Amino acid sequence: MNLVTETAAWLTNPAQWAGQSGIPNRLLEHVLIASISLGIALLLALPAGLAIGHTGRGAAVAAGVANLGRSLPSLAVIAIAIPVTVLVDPVLGGTVLPTLVAMVVLAIPPILVNAYTGIAEVDRDLVEAGRGMGMREREILAGIELPVALPVVLGGVRSAAVQIVATATLGAIFGSGGLGRFLVDGIAQNDDGQVFGGVVLVAGLAIATEVAVGLLERLARSPGLRAPGARPATELAPPSPLRGA
Amino acid sequence: MIDWGWLAGHLDAIAYRTWQHVYLAALGVGIGFAISFVLALVAARYRILYPPISALAGILFTIPSLALFAALISITGFSVVTAEVPLVLYTLVILVRNIVAGLDAVPVDVVEAADGMGHSRRQRLWRVELPLALPLIVAGLRLATVSTIGLVTITGTISDAYGGLGYFILDGYHRGNFLTEMYAGAVPSILLALVADLLFVRAQRRVTPWARARATEAAA
Repeated sequence: MNLVTETAAWLTNPAQWAGQSGIPNRLLEHVLIASISLGIALLLALPAGLAIGHTGRGAAVAAGVANLGRSLPSLAVIAIAIPVTVLVDPVLGGTVLPTLVAMVVLAIPPILVNAYTGIAEVDRDLVEAGRGMGMREREILAGIELPVALPVVLGGVRSAAVQIVATATLGAIFGSGGLGRFLVDGIAQNDDGQVFGGVVLVAGLAIATEVAVGLLERLARSPGLRAPGARPATELAPPSPLRGA
Repeated sequence: MIDWGWLAGHLDAIAYRTWQHVYLAALGVGIGFAISFVLALVAARYRILYPPISALAGILFTIPSLALFAALISITGFSVVTAEVPLVLYTLVILVRNIVAGLDAVPVDVVEAADGMGHSRRQRLWRVELPLALPLIVAGLRLATVSTIGLVTITGTISDAYGGLGYFILDGYHRGNFLTEMYAGAVPSILLALVADLLFVRAQRRVTPWARARATEAAA
């Protein structure tokens, strides 16, 4: 049997679609792990990034944090986190919690960097116009800078989300759930159909994530920037290829 | 919590795995850079090829490294090729984009001035465009190197013969969370990545003394 038929056979086997180790449950686990870690990373990195972009202060610190976060190998972060997370919860601390920690570390750099560069690159004339109209700093950030910078800010979120979806598979090595189980179990059982089935599922989820954040970006785009004659927001600050790579 | 006796007895093994880690990562980035350089020059010259190359690279990025290693075992076996192919492929994603972006960032008037001075296409590339693209190229190498050092830890899932320092993380886990061994892999692999990052920051400054402002911008 070749790989394609083997993978198709595994994916279409009804036994794969039920129970705790079935595809629907693993998919749900994966989405849960990814959304919780993305949520925590957003809470930590987004307000900080917006504040740094608006005030222009702390950019060097943020760049340092981002570079540090990018340098840490996820597998090493999981290993380092285990003794700490075990103290928090003896059972989950040895399985899913270290993965969550590593995924938050992975997601912070792209969110943080895109948030502060996106805001910082907003045309200063727009900001000054807002100030001249008597807007408060908070109103300038929420009413001018954020809408204009939104494509760049959400570009960071998208990059973080896709990286989490792909990398969260590592958690399965340490007994965490999710789609990575099919890869780890497939390798252990020398079951190519299961390994490639897992690859198809993870890549599919990553692409779906990319598309979903793209749709969100379109929905959230300010009507003012969509008006005829207005420059498309993406042209104001094209995301550099460095970001989120 | 830390078993110092184990560490003292395994200094040789740690040194060997560190060397293996550096070797696997350097080989991946080296081959990846050579391929990316050619691909980027082709894409910069024949623009129509860039969107498909970039899209392919984007799709590649969604495939988990663990999956790519696992998938290759059935094709190339438990060999160094299985370890290197994914490492090289992931560097392409970063390097091709950065080299093309570096070439794109060269101001049009500078290119026109080079043409006006009678440079041939090749002279213009090597004497004008590549030197000016250097900050972004080195920034790309920096990202690629740091991410490859992280990925080498995962090559240990192919077989115990690979993995660099990641071997200790996986082996320690399989011995029932033997923390000393896991830390013996995790801490040096993090240090390796940080040292590589610092070396590239230095290199960035050194190769482009005239472009310090741009180098710091690229680092962001």
